[in-house]
Amino acid sequence: MDEKNIVAVEARDLAKQFGKVDAVKGATFSVLEGEIFGFLGPNGAGKTTIINMLTGLARPDKGQISYSGHDYTKNIKKAQHLMGIVPDESNLYPELTGFENLCFCASLYGIVKREREKRARELLDSFGLAQAANRKFGGYSRGMKRRLTIAAGVIHQPRILFLDEPTSGIDIANARQIRKLISSLKTSGTTVFLTTHYIEEAERLCDRIAFIVDGRVVRTEVTTDLLRDVQGQHIIELAVSEDLKRFPEGISEEFGDLAFDMPSSNTLRAIAESRFPLGPLVRFLEERNINITEARSIRPSLEDVFVQITGIESDRMKTEKERKDKQ
Amino acid sequence: MKQWIAFWSILNKDIRTYYLKPPNMSWGIIFPLAWTLMFFIRSGGEVDLRTILPGVMAMAILFGTTSLLAVTITFEKKGRSFERLLLSPLSLEYLMLAKTGGAILFGTVNAFVPLIMAAFFIDMSTIAWLPLITGVVLTSIVSTFLGLFIAVAVAEVFEAQTFSNFFRFPMIFLCGLFFPIERLPVFLRPLSYILPLTYGGDVLQGAVNQSARMPFLLSFTVLIFFCAGLFLLSLCNIRAKWIV
Repeated sequence: MDEKNIVAVEARDLAKQFGKVDAVKGATFSVLEGEIFGFLGPNGAGKTTIINMLTGLARPDKGQISYSGHDYTKNIKKAQHLMGIVPDESNLYPELTGFENLCFCASLYGIVKREREKRARELLDSFGLAQAANRKFGGYSRGMKRRLTIAAGVIHQPRILFLDEPTSGIDIANARQIRKLISSLKTSGTTVFLTTHYIEEAERLCDRIAFIVDGRVVRTEVTTDLLRDVQGQHIIELAVSEDLKRFPEGISEEFGDLAFDMPSSNTLRAIAESRFPLGPLVRFLEERNINITEARSIRPSLEDVFVQITGIESDRMKTEKERKDKQ
Repeated sequence: MKQWIAFWSILNKDIRTYYLKPPNMSWGIIFPLAWTLMFFIRSGGEVDLRTILPGVMAMAILFGTTSLLAVTITFEKKGRSFERLLLSPLSLEYLMLAKTGGAILFGTVNAFVPLIMAAFFIDMSTIAWLPLITGVVLTSIVSTFLGLFIAVAVAEVFEAQTFSNFFRFPMIFLCGLFFPIERLPVFLRPLSYILPLTYGGDVLQGAVNQSARMPFLLSFTVLIFFCAGLFLLSLCNIRAKWIV
């Protein structure tokens, strides 16, 4: 770690058990001041439990939590003025207006009336909600609710902001706006701790990423370093007319230099360390009555890194996400 | 951190969003009227308002505070807005005092509605005001903290109402306000003395009708113990159940 990097949050060997289930099994990681730190993992991996332990909604069975070098494990309450928390579901008051909600949230941090009203107006403006300031929160659209919840999380100007699934279940335009807001928070010096199911979102926003699987942090790395591992790869994705139940017989033996992946039943991916001729592969498939309808080059992404490291297909994350959204 | 700002803000929000809402305010008027009417019909029009006044006041406090507090807290917990309060740097003690403050005021105001109505019909000059006000406030506090205890024990809004009745109805019949404790079966009498409403109701009886069974000081002391006990028990339950 660079000497100039100051640790904003540090979790050491955090563990939490619910009944007989080990939700978190010794998670260790640190978040640097001023960075956007991504926490990536499937549902049930322990992301929310870790956030709850870091913010004071759950008590760790084991381990240590530090903020700016001070140990707050036994009394997180004393560190709560340092943090802003935006949960995965909006938790503001439906019967209050947007403006009233923000003022109320600011008051919880001891901010005096004049100052909280000033900050509320500024935030409503910068979050594109000035027009809806006097409307009841209950009548907001999902995207507007999300934006106001983020505004409520930063109104007391926290040193670190915890964002749990900030763009989950909202439309593309609102998601883009929220991503812009998150980037601007980083510019203003706020440390952001972000959990997400969306790999592309993590790739786009985060300076560093931790992969969490089954309650364990399996790898923490600077995003660009993670991508470097796969950037040399060449991937060709072939769309085929038939539904493939398994890899075509003998393909691995015939093309020993290539690795194959099957993201869906009618998509086949060929992966190599360098460019490779496509003709033999096309012929091989056509000889087995597998017609190719489309071929395209794929840029290796964080998704590939995720699959490589965790062994979890990103489809599983998406399916779980969709299920969660439906609920 | 200026905790009083957060305290006042929570109290103010709750009063505006819950306790000053017309349907909830009607508790203070409809409830005492219904009870008085019930006794009026039962007695064939011979009801002595002065005799039933302490009971009606106590009921107005008990039902008003327990119902509203248990429901509002369960509602906020379910909607996750209570989580926002738990995540603020406000201490749990301050937070819960702020959350219960509105209900205490609501209960106190509720108690005075039947008293104001009765003022048109009975002579108020014999009422001992200091014990009456102290009794009303302490009964409001103890009933509110009972509501808090109920709210922490349940997960759903409907459970809050059901569980509240589990405490409220036995209290009405055993507290001595409508059925004298002396006339209860012997095995039920000890139960009366472990109910806070017995002491609150007795103070109100003493202040309105000069017919208290126990000295005011004893009732006040017991009520204060009940308040402290229920509040601390609720805090322990919150720490155990909501901060897992």
